[in-house]
Amino acid sequence: MIKIAIFGFGAVGQGVAEVLLKKREALRRLIGDFRVVAVTDSKGGIADEKGIDLSKALEIKRRRKHLPEGITTLDVINSLDFDVCIEVTVTNIENGEPGLTHIKECLKRGINVITSNKGPLVVAYRELADLAYRKDARLMFEATVGGAMPIIKLVRNDLAGNEIYAIKGILNGTCNYILSRMEKEKLTYDQILAEAKELGIAEADPTYDVEGIDAAAKLVIIANSLMGMDVKFEDVERVGITNITPEAFEVAMDKGYTIRLIAEVDKVEGILRVSPRLIPIQHPLAISGTLNAALIKTDLAGDVVVVGKGAGSKETASAIISDLIELYRCRA
Amino acid sequence: MLMTIVVELKDQPGQLLKALEPISRLGGNIVSVYHQRDKITPLKRIPVEITIQIDERKVEDLIEAIRRNGVIIRSYNEVRLTATTSLLLIGHIIHTDLGDTINRIDSTGFAEVVDMHISMPQLNQPSTAMITISATNEENLKKAIDILKKTCREKDITVIEPLELQ
Repeated sequence: MIKIAIFGFGAVGQGVAEVLLKKREALRRLIGDFRVVAVTDSKGGIADEKGIDLSKALEIKRRRKHLPEGITTLDVINSLDFDVCIEVTVTNIENGEPGLTHIKECLKRGINVITSNKGPLVVAYRELADLAYRKDARLMFEATVGGAMPIIKLVRNDLAGNEIYAIKGILNGTCNYILSRMEKEKLTYDQILAEAKELGIAEADPTYDVEGIDAAAKLVIIANSLMGMDVKFEDVERVGITNITPEAFEVAMDKGYTIRLIAEVDKVEGILRVSPRLIPIQHPLAISGTLNAALIKTDLAGDVVVVGKGAGSKETASAIISDLIELYRCRA
Repeated sequence: MLMTIVVELKDQPGQLLKALEPISRLGGNIVSVYHQRDKITPLKRIPVEITIQIDERKVEDLIEAIRRNGVIIRSYNEVRLTATTSLLLIGHIIHTDLGDTINRIDSTGFAEVVDMHISMPQLNQPSTAMITISATNEENLKKAIDILKKTCREKDITVIEPLELQ
Protein backbone atom coordinates (compact mmCIF):
# COMPACT_ATOMS: atom_id res chain seq x y z
CA MET A 1 0.00 0.00 0.00
CA ILE A 2 1.52 3.28 -1.17
CA LYS A 3 0.66 6.18 1.13
CA ILE A 4 0.62 9.57 -0.58
CA ALA A 5 0.60 13.07 0.94
CA ILE A 6 -0.19 16.11 -1.21
CA PHE A 7 1.30 19.43 -0.06
CA GLY A 8 -0.24 22.39 -1.85
CA PHE A 9 -3.84 22.33 -3.00
CA GLY A 10 -4.03 25.01 -5.65
CA ALA A 11 -4.70 24.36 -9.32
CA VAL A 12 -1.95 21.74 -9.60
CA GLY A 13 -2.74 19.93 -6.32
CA GLN A 14 -6.42 19.76 -7.24
CA GLY A 15 -5.53 18.60 -10.75
CA VAL A 16 -3.49 15.74 -9.28
CA ALA A 17 -6.32 14.83 -6.88
CA GLU A 18 -8.79 14.70 -9.77
CA VAL A 19 -6.55 12.41 -11.81
CA LEU A 20 -5.99 10.12 -8.80
CA LEU A 21 -9.76 9.84 -8.42
CA LYS A 22 -10.58 9.48 -12.09
CA LYS A 23 -7.82 7.01 -12.94
CA ARG A 24 -7.82 5.10 -9.68
CA GLU A 25 -8.35 1.67 -11.27
CA ALA A 26 -5.86 2.18 -14.09
CA LEU A 27 -3.26 3.44 -11.60
CA ARG A 28 -3.85 0.47 -9.28
CA ARG A 29 -3.05 -1.85 -12.15
CA LEU A 30 0.21 0.01 -12.74
CA ILE A 31 1.49 0.69 -9.23
CA GLY A 32 -0.65 -1.42 -6.94
CA ASP A 33 -2.84 -0.24 -4.11
CA PHE A 34 -2.44 3.35 -2.96
CA ARG A 35 -4.22 5.88 -0.81
CA VAL A 36 -3.90 9.59 -0.09
CA VAL A 37 -3.31 10.10 3.63
CA ALA A 38 -2.99 13.89 3.74
CA VAL A 39 -3.73 17.03 1.78
CA THR A 40 -2.55 20.41 2.98
CA ASP A 41 -2.63 24.00 1.76
CA SER A 42 -1.25 27.26 3.15
CA LYS A 43 -4.10 27.49 5.70
CA GLY A 44 -4.56 23.93 6.94
CA GLY A 45 -5.25 20.42 5.80
CA ILE A 46 -6.90 17.04 6.15
CA ALA A 47 -4.97 13.98 7.31
CA ASP A 48 -5.79 10.39 8.16
CA GLU A 49 -3.41 7.46 8.01
CA LYS A 50 -6.29 5.20 6.97
CA GLY A 51 -6.86 7.38 3.92
CA ILE A 52 -8.83 10.55 3.29
CA ASP A 53 -11.77 11.13 1.00
CA LEU A 54 -10.26 13.10 -1.90
CA SER A 55 -13.55 14.13 -3.47
CA LYS A 56 -14.64 15.56 -0.14
CA ALA A 57 -11.36 17.45 0.18
CA LEU A 58 -11.86 18.90 -3.31
CA GLU A 59 -15.39 19.91 -2.45
CA ILE A 60 -14.31 21.63 0.79
CA LYS A 61 -11.51 23.47 -1.03
CA ARG A 62 -13.88 24.71 -3.72
CA ARG A 63 -16.56 25.79 -1.32
CA ARG A 64 -14.44 27.43 1.38
CA LYS A 65 -11.36 28.35 -0.71
CA HIS A 66 -9.12 26.66 1.84
CA LEU A 67 -8.82 23.43 3.80
CA PRO A 68 -9.82 23.18 7.50
CA GLU A 69 -7.35 24.91 9.82
CA GLY A 70 -5.56 23.23 12.70
CA ILE A 71 -2.98 21.16 10.87
CA THR A 72 0.15 22.22 9.00
CA THR A 73 2.29 20.53 6.40
CA LEU A 74 5.13 20.15 8.93
CA ASP A 75 2.69 18.50 11.38
CA VAL A 76 1.89 15.96 8.70
CA ILE A 77 5.57 15.30 7.95
CA ASN A 78 6.41 14.96 11.64
CA SER A 79 3.52 12.80 12.73
CA LEU A 80 2.22 10.82 9.79
CA ASP A 81 3.60 7.70 8.18
CA PHE A 82 3.65 8.01 4.37
CA ASP A 83 5.81 6.90 1.44
CA VAL A 84 5.70 9.71 -1.07
CA CYS A 85 4.94 13.41 -0.97
CA ILE A 86 3.59 15.36 -3.90
CA GLU A 87 4.97 18.85 -3.27
CA VAL A 88 2.99 21.34 -5.35
CA THR A 89 3.11 24.55 -3.32
CA VAL A 90 3.75 27.90 -5.01
CA THR A 91 7.15 28.48 -6.63
CA ASN A 92 9.45 30.91 -4.87
CA ILE A 93 12.79 31.22 -6.61
CA GLU A 94 14.22 33.64 -4.03
CA ASN A 95 14.69 31.10 -1.25
CA GLY A 96 12.59 28.13 -2.35
CA GLU A 97 10.27 28.27 0.67
CA PRO A 98 8.05 26.80 1.89
CA GLY A 99 8.65 23.95 -0.58
CA LEU A 100 12.35 23.64 0.21
CA THR A 101 11.72 22.80 3.86
CA HIS A 102 8.94 20.37 2.94
CA ILE A 103 11.17 18.54 0.49
CA LYS A 104 14.20 18.44 2.82
CA GLU A 105 12.17 17.15 5.75
CA CYS A 106 10.62 14.42 3.62
CA LEU A 107 13.92 13.33 2.05
CA LYS A 108 15.59 13.26 5.51
CA ARG A 109 12.99 10.71 6.54
CA GLY A 110 13.57 8.66 3.40
CA ILE A 111 10.23 9.73 1.91
CA ASN A 112 10.16 9.98 -1.90
CA VAL A 113 9.31 13.41 -3.30
CA ILE A 114 7.50 14.36 -6.50
CA THR A 115 7.35 18.07 -7.14
CA SER A 116 6.22 20.67 -9.64
CA ASN A 117 7.82 23.40 -7.53
CA LYS A 118 10.76 25.04 -9.30
CA GLY A 119 11.90 27.13 -6.33
CA PRO A 120 13.57 24.43 -4.19
CA LEU A 121 15.33 22.91 -7.21
CA VAL A 122 16.60 26.25 -8.49
CA VAL A 123 17.91 27.21 -5.05
CA ALA A 124 19.30 23.86 -3.91
CA TYR A 125 19.27 21.15 -6.57
CA ARG A 126 22.66 19.69 -5.70
CA GLU A 127 21.94 19.65 -1.97
CA LEU A 128 18.56 17.95 -2.48
CA ALA A 129 19.93 15.40 -4.94
CA ASP A 130 22.72 14.52 -2.48
CA LEU A 131 20.29 14.29 0.41
CA ALA A 132 18.00 12.00 -1.56
CA TYR A 133 20.95 9.79 -2.49
CA ARG A 134 22.16 9.53 1.12
CA LYS A 135 18.71 8.72 2.44
CA ASP A 136 17.91 6.30 -0.34
CA ALA A 137 14.87 8.36 -1.34
CA ARG A 138 13.97 9.60 -4.80
CA LEU A 139 13.38 13.15 -5.96
CA MET A 140 11.19 13.40 -9.04
CA PHE A 141 10.51 16.71 -10.78
CA GLU A 142 9.25 16.18 -14.32
CA ALA A 143 6.52 18.78 -13.69
CA THR A 144 9.00 21.59 -12.97
CA VAL A 145 10.03 21.93 -16.61
CA GLY A 146 7.80 21.98 -19.66
CA GLY A 147 4.53 20.89 -18.00
CA ALA A 148 3.25 17.86 -19.87
CA MET A 149 6.15 17.96 -22.33
CA PRO A 150 8.47 15.09 -21.41
CA ILE A 151 12.04 16.16 -20.86
CA ILE A 152 13.51 15.14 -17.47
CA LYS A 153 12.67 11.44 -17.69
CA LEU A 154 13.12 11.51 -21.47
CA VAL A 155 16.75 12.48 -21.03
CA ARG A 156 17.36 10.38 -17.90
CA ASN A 157 15.71 7.21 -19.14
CA ASP A 158 15.22 7.14 -22.87
CA LEU A 159 18.41 9.03 -23.71
CA ALA A 160 20.38 7.40 -20.90
CA GLY A 161 24.00 6.87 -21.91
CA ASN A 162 24.03 9.93 -24.14
CA GLU A 163 26.10 12.93 -23.34
CA ILE A 164 23.94 16.04 -23.56
CA TYR A 165 25.88 18.82 -25.28
CA ALA A 166 23.17 21.43 -25.37
CA ILE A 167 19.48 22.02 -24.85
CA LYS A 168 17.60 24.88 -26.51
CA GLY A 169 13.98 25.29 -25.74
CA ILE A 170 10.83 27.29 -25.44
CA LEU A 171 10.07 26.86 -21.76
CA ASN A 172 7.48 29.57 -21.20
CA GLY A 173 4.08 29.25 -22.85
CA THR A 174 3.00 32.81 -21.99
CA CYS A 175 5.92 34.38 -23.88
CA ASN A 176 5.42 32.01 -26.77
CA TYR A 177 1.75 32.91 -26.95
CA ILE A 178 2.53 36.65 -26.97
CA LEU A 179 5.28 36.34 -29.61
CA SER A 180 3.36 34.04 -31.93
CA ARG A 181 0.31 36.31 -31.71
CA MET A 182 2.45 39.39 -32.44
CA GLU A 183 3.85 37.55 -35.44
CA LYS A 184 0.40 36.71 -36.76
CA GLU A 185 -1.58 39.86 -35.92
CA LYS A 186 1.15 42.52 -36.31
CA LEU A 187 -0.09 44.11 -33.10
CA THR A 188 2.06 45.68 -30.39
CA TYR A 189 3.40 43.85 -27.36
CA ASP A 190 1.02 45.76 -25.06
CA GLN A 191 -2.03 44.91 -27.14
CA ILE A 192 -1.24 41.20 -27.18
CA LEU A 193 -0.31 41.20 -23.49
CA ALA A 194 -3.74 42.65 -22.68
CA GLU A 195 -5.34 39.88 -24.75
CA ALA A 196 -3.26 37.22 -22.97
CA LYS A 197 -4.30 38.59 -19.56
CA GLU A 198 -7.94 38.47 -20.58
CA LEU A 199 -7.57 34.82 -21.63
CA GLY A 200 -5.84 33.97 -18.36
CA ILE A 201 -2.62 33.08 -20.20
CA ALA A 202 -0.70 35.97 -18.60
CA GLU A 203 -0.82 36.96 -14.93
CA ALA A 204 -1.96 40.42 -13.79
CA ASP A 205 1.74 41.06 -13.08
CA PRO A 206 3.40 39.31 -16.02
CA THR A 207 7.01 40.14 -14.99
CA TYR A 208 7.86 36.58 -13.99
CA ASP A 209 7.04 35.33 -17.47
CA VAL A 210 7.88 38.19 -19.85
CA GLU A 211 11.24 39.03 -18.29
CA GLY A 212 12.34 35.44 -18.78
CA ILE A 213 12.54 34.65 -15.04
CA ASP A 214 10.39 31.52 -15.28
CA ALA A 215 12.31 30.22 -18.30
CA ALA A 216 15.64 30.95 -16.59
CA ALA A 217 14.56 28.99 -13.49
CA LYS A 218 13.68 26.00 -15.68
CA LEU A 219 16.96 26.34 -17.53
CA VAL A 220 18.88 26.15 -14.24
CA ILE A 221 17.02 22.93 -13.36
CA ILE A 222 17.81 21.43 -16.77
CA ALA A 223 21.50 22.39 -16.62
CA ASN A 224 21.99 21.03 -13.11
CA SER A 225 19.90 17.88 -13.32
CA LEU A 226 20.44 16.74 -16.91
CA MET A 227 23.84 18.09 -17.83
CA GLY A 228 25.79 17.64 -14.61
CA MET A 229 26.39 21.37 -14.23
CA ASP A 230 26.30 23.40 -11.02
CA VAL A 231 24.84 26.78 -11.97
CA LYS A 232 22.75 29.34 -10.14
CA PHE A 233 19.85 31.47 -11.28
CA GLU A 234 22.10 34.55 -11.28
CA ASP A 235 24.40 32.86 -13.79
CA VAL A 236 21.73 33.01 -16.49
CA GLU A 237 22.15 35.86 -19.00
CA ARG A 238 18.57 37.02 -19.36
CA VAL A 239 16.69 39.29 -21.80
CA GLY A 240 12.88 39.41 -21.85
CA ILE A 241 10.42 40.08 -24.65
CA THR A 242 9.03 43.50 -23.67
CA ASN A 243 11.09 45.48 -26.22
CA ILE A 244 9.97 43.49 -29.22
CA THR A 245 8.08 45.48 -31.85
CA PRO A 246 5.62 44.32 -34.54
CA GLU A 247 8.09 45.68 -37.14
CA ALA A 248 10.70 43.27 -35.79
CA PHE A 249 8.54 40.40 -37.01
CA GLU A 250 8.05 42.01 -40.43
CA VAL A 251 11.75 42.63 -40.91
CA ALA A 252 12.59 39.12 -39.68
CA MET A 253 9.94 37.53 -41.88
CA ASP A 254 11.49 39.12 -44.99
CA LYS A 255 14.51 36.94 -44.32
CA GLY A 256 12.47 33.88 -43.41
CA TYR A 257 12.70 34.19 -39.63
CA THR A 258 10.38 34.55 -36.72
CA ILE A 259 11.21 35.48 -33.11
CA ARG A 260 10.86 33.28 -30.03
CA LEU A 261 12.13 33.43 -26.46
CA ILE A 262 14.73 30.68 -26.27
CA ALA A 263 16.33 29.21 -23.16
CA GLU A 264 19.71 27.80 -24.08
CA VAL A 265 22.33 25.85 -22.20
CA ASP A 266 25.41 24.77 -24.12
CA LYS A 267 28.16 22.96 -22.23
CA VAL A 268 30.62 23.13 -25.12
CA GLU A 269 30.25 26.86 -25.81
CA GLY A 270 29.68 27.79 -22.18
CA ILE A 271 26.30 29.39 -22.87
CA LEU A 272 23.53 29.79 -20.28
CA ARG A 273 20.95 32.31 -21.37
CA VAL A 274 17.35 33.20 -22.01
CA SER A 275 16.81 35.67 -24.84
CA PRO A 276 14.66 36.39 -27.87
CA ARG A 277 16.20 34.73 -30.94
CA LEU A 278 15.69 34.64 -34.69
CA ILE A 279 14.30 31.23 -35.64
CA PRO A 280 13.96 30.04 -39.25
CA ILE A 281 10.22 29.65 -39.85
CA GLN A 282 10.67 25.99 -40.82
CA HIS A 283 12.60 25.19 -37.64
CA PRO A 284 10.98 22.76 -35.17
CA LEU A 285 11.26 25.38 -32.42
CA ALA A 286 9.17 27.87 -34.46
CA ILE A 287 5.99 26.76 -32.67
CA SER A 288 2.90 28.81 -31.94
CA GLY A 289 0.54 29.35 -29.02
CA THR A 290 1.23 28.30 -25.45
CA LEU A 291 3.23 25.22 -26.45
CA ASN A 292 6.65 24.40 -25.08
CA ALA A 293 9.42 22.72 -27.07
CA ALA A 294 12.97 21.58 -26.57
CA LEU A 295 15.80 20.61 -28.88
CA ILE A 296 18.24 18.27 -27.15
CA LYS A 297 21.70 17.86 -28.69
CA THR A 298 23.33 14.56 -27.81
CA ASP A 299 26.42 12.63 -28.81
CA LEU A 300 24.81 9.31 -29.72
CA ALA A 301 21.21 10.07 -30.59
CA GLY A 302 21.96 13.32 -32.43
CA ASP A 303 19.22 15.93 -32.14
CA VAL A 304 15.96 15.08 -30.40
CA VAL A 305 12.99 17.46 -30.39
CA VAL A 306 9.98 17.36 -28.07
CA VAL A 307 6.89 19.56 -28.15
CA GLY A 308 4.02 19.65 -25.68
CA LYS A 309 1.71 21.66 -23.48
CA GLY A 310 3.79 23.62 -21.00
CA ALA A 311 1.13 24.62 -18.47
CA GLY A 312 -2.32 23.86 -17.14
CA SER A 313 -3.43 21.85 -14.12
CA LYS A 314 -4.26 18.68 -16.07
CA GLU A 315 -1.00 18.86 -18.04
CA THR A 316 1.09 19.38 -14.90
CA ALA A 317 -0.80 16.52 -13.23
CA SER A 318 0.21 14.35 -16.19
CA ALA A 319 3.88 14.93 -15.40
CA ILE A 320 3.35 14.28 -11.68
CA ILE A 321 1.40 11.07 -12.25
CA SER A 322 4.09 9.83 -14.65
CA ASP A 323 6.67 10.40 -11.89
CA LEU A 324 4.48 8.46 -9.46
CA ILE A 325 4.22 5.53 -11.86
CA GLU A 326 7.97 5.65 -12.54
CA LEU A 327 8.58 5.38 -8.78
CA TYR A 328 6.29 2.44 -8.12
CA ARG A 329 5.69 0.63 -11.39
CA CYS A 330 7.77 -2.45 -10.52
CA ARG A 331 5.70 -3.16 -7.44
CA ALA A 332 2.57 -3.97 -9.40
CA MET B 1 37.05 45.54 -49.15
CA LEU B 2 39.36 43.41 -47.07
CA MET B 3 42.52 42.19 -48.81
CA THR B 4 45.92 40.72 -48.10
CA ILE B 5 49.12 41.65 -49.91
CA VAL B 6 52.26 39.55 -49.54
CA VAL B 7 55.43 41.54 -50.26
CA GLU B 8 59.07 40.51 -50.10
CA LEU B 9 61.26 42.93 -48.16
CA LYS B 10 65.00 43.21 -47.83
CA ASP B 11 66.06 42.76 -44.23
CA GLN B 12 67.01 46.44 -43.85
CA PRO B 13 65.51 49.37 -41.91
CA GLY B 14 62.90 51.43 -43.74
CA GLN B 15 61.77 48.69 -46.10
CA LEU B 16 58.39 48.14 -44.52
CA LEU B 17 57.54 51.83 -44.77
CA LYS B 18 57.87 51.64 -48.56
CA ALA B 19 55.08 49.12 -48.63
CA LEU B 20 52.86 50.78 -46.04
CA GLU B 21 53.13 54.41 -47.12
CA PRO B 22 50.93 54.07 -50.25
CA ILE B 23 48.25 52.31 -48.23
CA SER B 24 47.67 55.22 -45.89
CA ARG B 25 48.05 57.73 -48.71
CA LEU B 26 45.19 56.04 -50.58
CA GLY B 27 42.97 55.98 -47.50
CA GLY B 28 43.43 52.31 -46.67
CA ASN B 29 43.29 50.95 -43.16
CA ILE B 30 46.03 48.56 -42.07
CA VAL B 31 44.56 45.67 -40.13
CA SER B 32 47.65 43.55 -39.54
CA VAL B 33 51.25 43.11 -40.61
CA TYR B 34 52.81 39.69 -40.29
CA HIS B 35 56.50 39.01 -40.92
CA GLN B 36 56.92 35.44 -42.14
CA ARG B 37 60.50 35.13 -40.89
CA ASP B 38 60.32 31.36 -41.10
CA LYS B 39 59.77 31.63 -44.86
CA ILE B 40 62.85 33.70 -45.78
CA THR B 41 63.59 33.49 -49.52
CA PRO B 42 66.87 32.19 -51.08
CA LEU B 43 67.69 35.86 -51.78
CA LYS B 44 67.30 36.58 -48.04
CA ARG B 45 64.11 38.55 -48.46
CA ILE B 46 61.40 38.30 -45.81
CA PRO B 47 57.82 37.72 -46.94
CA VAL B 48 55.45 40.08 -45.13
CA GLU B 49 51.70 39.58 -45.18
CA ILE B 50 49.79 42.83 -44.90
CA THR B 51 46.03 42.76 -44.37
CA ILE B 52 44.20 45.96 -45.20
CA GLN B 53 40.75 47.43 -45.60
CA ILE B 54 40.50 49.64 -48.71
CA ASP B 55 38.05 50.97 -51.25
CA GLU B 56 38.14 48.33 -53.99
CA ARG B 57 38.33 51.00 -56.72
CA LYS B 58 41.75 52.00 -55.37
CA VAL B 59 43.33 48.54 -55.37
CA GLU B 60 45.00 48.89 -58.78
CA ASP B 61 46.49 52.28 -57.86
CA LEU B 62 47.76 50.83 -54.62
CA ILE B 63 49.51 47.87 -56.17
CA GLU B 64 51.05 50.18 -58.74
CA ALA B 65 52.24 52.62 -56.03
CA ILE B 66 53.82 49.88 -53.91
CA ARG B 67 55.68 48.54 -56.96
CA ARG B 68 56.88 52.05 -57.83
CA ASN B 69 58.41 52.21 -54.35
CA GLY B 70 60.62 49.29 -55.38
CA VAL B 71 58.85 46.65 -53.32
CA ILE B 72 58.34 43.17 -54.75
CA ILE B 73 54.73 42.03 -54.52
CA ARG B 74 54.48 38.28 -54.37
CA SER B 75 50.69 38.09 -54.35
CA TYR B 76 47.56 39.99 -53.44
CA ASN B 77 43.96 38.95 -53.16
CA GLU B 78 40.68 39.78 -51.60
CA VAL B 79 39.98 38.10 -48.28
CA ARG B 80 36.86 36.03 -48.67
CA LEU B 81 34.25 36.49 -46.00
CA THR B 82 32.93 32.98 -45.61
CA ALA B 83 30.81 33.20 -42.46
CA THR B 84 27.61 35.25 -42.57
CA THR B 85 24.73 35.79 -40.24
CA SER B 86 21.83 38.17 -39.72
CA LEU B 87 20.78 39.77 -36.44
CA LEU B 88 17.89 41.97 -35.49
CA LEU B 89 18.36 45.25 -33.64
CA ILE B 90 15.50 47.03 -31.88
CA GLY B 91 15.86 50.50 -30.36
CA HIS B 92 16.92 54.01 -31.24
CA ILE B 93 19.30 52.74 -33.89
CA ILE B 94 19.65 55.91 -35.96
CA HIS B 95 19.90 58.41 -33.10
CA THR B 96 22.62 56.45 -31.36
CA ASP B 97 25.02 56.98 -34.28
CA LEU B 98 24.38 54.13 -36.67
CA GLY B 99 27.60 54.98 -38.51
CA ASP B 100 29.58 54.32 -35.36
CA THR B 101 27.75 51.04 -34.69
CA ILE B 102 28.60 49.76 -38.18
CA ASN B 103 32.13 51.10 -38.02
CA ARG B 104 32.91 49.14 -34.88
CA ILE B 105 32.33 45.96 -36.90
CA ASP B 106 33.96 47.18 -40.13
CA SER B 107 37.08 48.43 -38.34
CA THR B 108 37.87 44.96 -36.99
CA GLY B 109 39.35 44.02 -40.35
CA PHE B 110 37.90 40.51 -40.07
CA ALA B 111 34.21 41.32 -40.31
CA GLU B 112 31.95 43.69 -42.20
CA VAL B 113 28.36 44.80 -42.17
CA VAL B 114 27.27 43.69 -45.64
CA ASP B 115 23.55 44.41 -45.55
CA MET B 116 21.06 46.35 -43.50
CA HIS B 117 17.32 46.76 -43.67
CA ILE B 118 15.76 49.34 -41.35
CA SER B 119 12.12 49.84 -40.51
CA MET B 120 11.14 53.09 -38.80
CA PRO B 121 7.49 53.11 -37.78
CA GLN B 122 7.24 56.64 -36.31
CA LEU B 123 9.42 59.47 -35.18
CA ASN B 124 10.81 58.89 -31.66
CA GLN B 125 9.62 55.28 -31.70
CA PRO B 126 12.17 52.50 -31.58
CA SER B 127 13.19 51.33 -35.03
CA THR B 128 14.06 47.83 -36.12
CA ALA B 129 16.96 46.77 -38.31
CA MET B 130 18.04 43.47 -39.79
CA ILE B 131 21.80 43.65 -39.99
CA THR B 132 23.88 41.11 -41.89
CA ILE B 133 27.49 40.60 -40.89
CA SER B 134 30.13 38.64 -42.81
CA ALA B 135 33.44 37.56 -41.37
CA THR B 136 36.51 35.65 -42.50
CA ASN B 137 35.49 32.60 -40.46
CA GLU B 138 33.01 31.47 -37.83
CA GLU B 139 35.33 32.26 -34.94
CA ASN B 140 35.67 35.86 -36.12
CA LEU B 141 31.95 36.06 -36.77
CA LYS B 142 31.37 35.23 -33.10
CA LYS B 143 33.86 37.94 -32.13
CA ALA B 144 32.02 40.45 -34.33
CA ILE B 145 28.69 39.50 -32.73
CA ASP B 146 30.22 40.06 -29.29
CA ILE B 147 31.42 43.51 -30.38
CA LEU B 148 27.95 44.31 -31.72
CA LYS B 149 26.31 43.12 -28.50
CA LYS B 150 28.65 45.23 -26.39
CA THR B 151 28.06 48.30 -28.57
CA CYS B 152 24.30 47.80 -28.41
CA ARG B 153 24.37 47.38 -24.63
CA GLU B 154 26.02 50.80 -24.40
CA LYS B 155 23.37 52.26 -26.68
CA ASP B 156 20.42 50.48 -25.06
CA ILE B 157 19.57 48.59 -28.26
CA THR B 158 18.09 45.08 -28.01
CA VAL B 159 19.97 42.50 -30.09
CA ILE B 160 18.14 39.39 -31.28
CA GLU B 161 20.63 36.76 -32.31
CA PRO B 162 19.92 33.85 -34.63
CA LEU B 163 19.31 30.46 -33.03
CA GLU B 164 22.31 29.04 -34.84
CA LEU B 165 25.04 30.56 -37.00
CA GLN B 166 24.47 29.19 -40.50
